[in-house]
Amino acid sequence: MLSYYLDLALRSLRRNKMLTALMVLAIALGIGASMTTLTVLHVLSGDPLPGTSASLFYPQVDPRELDGYEPGKEPPSQVTWIDGMNLLHAKRADHQALMTGGSVPLQPNQSNVDPFYSNARYTTNEFFPMFHVPFLFGHGWSQSEDDAKARVVVISRTLNDKLFGGKDSTGQTLRIKDVAFQVIGVLDTWRPNPHFYDLYMGRYSASEDVFVPLTTSRDTRLEHDGSTDCWGSGGGDEEHAETQPCVWLQFWVQLDSATKVAAYKDFLTHYSQEQKALGRFQRPVNVRLPVLMEWLDINKVVPGDVKLQTWLAFGFLLVCLVNTVGLMLAKFLRRAGELGVRRALGASKREVFIQLLVESGVIGLAGGIAGLLLAVLGLWLVRLQPSDYASLAHLDLKMLLTTFLLAVGSTLLAGLLPAWRACQITPALQLKSQ
Amino acid sequence: MLHIKPILVALKRHKAGTILIAMQIALTLAIVCNALFIIDQRLDRIARPTGLDESNLVIIRNRWVGVTDEATGPLIHGDVQALRQLPGVQDAISINSYPLAGGGWSTGVRVNVDDKKSKAHTTLYFSDEHMLPTMGARLIAGRNFTPDEVTDAKANAVDTPAVIIITKALAHDLFPDGSALGKSVYVSDTKKPSTIVGIVERMQVPWNSSWADAWAENAVFQPYVLMYSGNVLLIRTKPGQQDAVMKSAPEMLFKLNRMRVFPKENGVRTFANQRESIYKRDRGMAILMGVVCLVLLGITAAGIVGLTSFWVGQRRKQIGVRRALGATKRDILSYFLTENLLIGTVGVLIGALMAIGMNLWLVTQFEMARLSLAYVAIGVVALLLLGQGAVLAPAMRASRVQPVEATRSV
Repeated sequence: MLSYYLDLALRSLRRNKMLTALMVLAIALGIGASMTTLTVLHVLSGDPLPGTSASLFYPQVDPRELDGYEPGKEPPSQVTWIDGMNLLHAKRADHQALMTGGSVPLQPNQSNVDPFYSNARYTTNEFFPMFHVPFLFGHGWSQSEDDAKARVVVISRTLNDKLFGGKDSTGQTLRIKDVAFQVIGVLDTWRPNPHFYDLYMGRYSASEDVFVPLTTSRDTRLEHDGSTDCWGSGGGDEEHAETQPCVWLQFWVQLDSATKVAAYKDFLTHYSQEQKALGRFQRPVNVRLPVLMEWLDINKVVPGDVKLQTWLAFGFLLVCLVNTVGLMLAKFLRRAGELGVRRALGASKREVFIQLLVESGVIGLAGGIAGLLLAVLGLWLVRLQPSDYASLAHLDLKMLLTTFLLAVGSTLLAGLLPAWRACQITPALQLKSQ
Repeated sequence: MLHIKPILVALKRHKAGTILIAMQIALTLAIVCNALFIIDQRLDRIARPTGLDESNLVIIRNRWVGVTDEATGPLIHGDVQALRQLPGVQDAISINSYPLAGGGWSTGVRVNVDDKKSKAHTTLYFSDEHMLPTMGARLIAGRNFTPDEVTDAKANAVDTPAVIIITKALAHDLFPDGSALGKSVYVSDTKKPSTIVGIVERMQVPWNSSWADAWAENAVFQPYVLMYSGNVLLIRTKPGQQDAVMKSAPEMLFKLNRMRVFPKENGVRTFANQRESIYKRDRGMAILMGVVCLVLLGITAAGIVGLTSFWVGQRRKQIGVRRALGATKRDILSYFLTENLLIGTVGVLIGALMAIGMNLWLVTQFEMARLSLAYVAIGVVALLLLGQGAVLAPAMRASRVQPVEATRSV
């Protein structure tokens, strides 16, 4: 029966090519636009570390002076050197790492490669196990190397390819700002999205090429980049950044159970009270412990323009659907005569209804396929844009399926009203008027 | 126009179609109004003047490698001297940032030494007495720096200068009565006053994001040459020499000293390139909105044509009867035009409310201003005209229906 309906649908669609083309085009444009924007939104609001992100937390304390205090406001989005080091050394979490970003001059040993700058991360040893960073060769550094300010470096796969031709470079020397560092590890490809651990260094930028112990970076005076927020007498003096009243470091902890989370929050409160008693903190105790995804939410990581475009695209799809409903209504009612004959010959209302739904389903399918092509084209256009997330815009299987379901589902929905109206036709009246 | 009653009666028999067209017009109006508004806001942003004389300006981002900040001083002076001697170059400076650079320095300015809160927020530009001529800034009061006022400064410990030049916008923020010239202010956390010796008509901050919108033209020029491993060389070329200097300047600088890196992607570029890349996203958004508007209007028009054609086809017999009873072609034409106008009016009334509602919602969700009613008015007129235009072809077809059709059975 279904194949008969399909045949009828195709015949009817062929009879009025302009109208069919218009309906398919409208659906395709609506689907194409919404899928392009939805895919970008999906990629940008994804989980950077699926499986682990639920146990990663970002502790915040408020070390600022009383001036400008407003109750209920968020504490600073980073920590000072003193607080960072205190929290790090307290070791109250399953894993913890203190870090900041920078840009370092690399001076390759090969004379044919000019010196160049690379993005760097200055961090502590548990960064690698906590974020499940994959290693291609070697390993990260240990607590003792952090303490000893060891001249060791972990590099990315891309940098290893560029400098050492992709070979195992552990044990080799790399000169950074005139200091010789020993390569102890090479990372495998690792690009968490967004760049969650430091949102000030490009929210969707690639992970860094160079990883150096935080203590070493201070000892060798490697420049630190990103946000430095100072108050009171703080002038952001790089050379004495350890003692300045400035926040410029990110501190992450891993807490594996709910009881540990509660305990850690208590610890942060006690820590703040203690610092207040010492006179370092002046404001009322204000601690936060957002989990990774919450932290991204608070910082509104997904660009507003992307959300705006998604809403716009869905508004557009809605207009396209209303348009299709109108055209299908016109089309179905115009065939009142034909439907009257079918009803008179014994087709039930239900059968006529299904027949018409099949017809709208065909339009939906055609619109979906065309819309998919448009979405592929749209994503290609997005990838040409200069934004740092452009290269991430790819259609995955999940989005592919969503596209089809959305296209067929929405046209079937759009076909419901016209089909229902058309099958209300009383056969006798139609036949009489012929 | 007078036959509204029969039209209303006829429309009652086509409720679903009527509601659908009205709804489509309303939705289209709501989206198009807001999209046009966004386009206009983006274009306004792109059109903001920087205060620079933007033609014949070459930017080189220079980074020293293996040189301490303190040691960069003589190297930077050497670079600037050599650039000023280079054929095709009119003037050149080493500066920390420039309008639309994307990153730079910002701080508060206080009027009294004891003020806890700063009076205005501003960006800081550091360079020597060639700064204003090279940038093409127009001095509207006071004077430029003199060579003996210019000193070297370590980038991480900048002192307070005795004299500064500020922009007109900042002067107005600090001294609304217009008396800024000659006054002393306190830049950042310093206790030392700086005297305003000159006022520049306009100079934009390095950022184009909305967080700097409130102080987009507040700038302080300080007579310091920063000793810094990441400086910017700003070169004003003689007319027509821009391309030649873009090639010769980097070559010359490398010959002078190889201990440097020009970033691959945007190390050397003209200001026009910089402006284009910085506003690419805004322009992209405006183009996207424009395309969406056009396509939406097209689809709505096509929908009206389709549905009206169907109605005309359905009513051929009635039209024939009316024609036979003496209605002229114009009567039939005006019937369909009026019908569309009625539906359109309902649609745009609902649409106008939706447009305003949508804008109010967008204001809460995104950084956006209130929709001006002019856009709604333009949208209303545009959609009514669109509807009339779309209905014209089917209505003409209807008016050509012969009276004899009344007698045919089909």
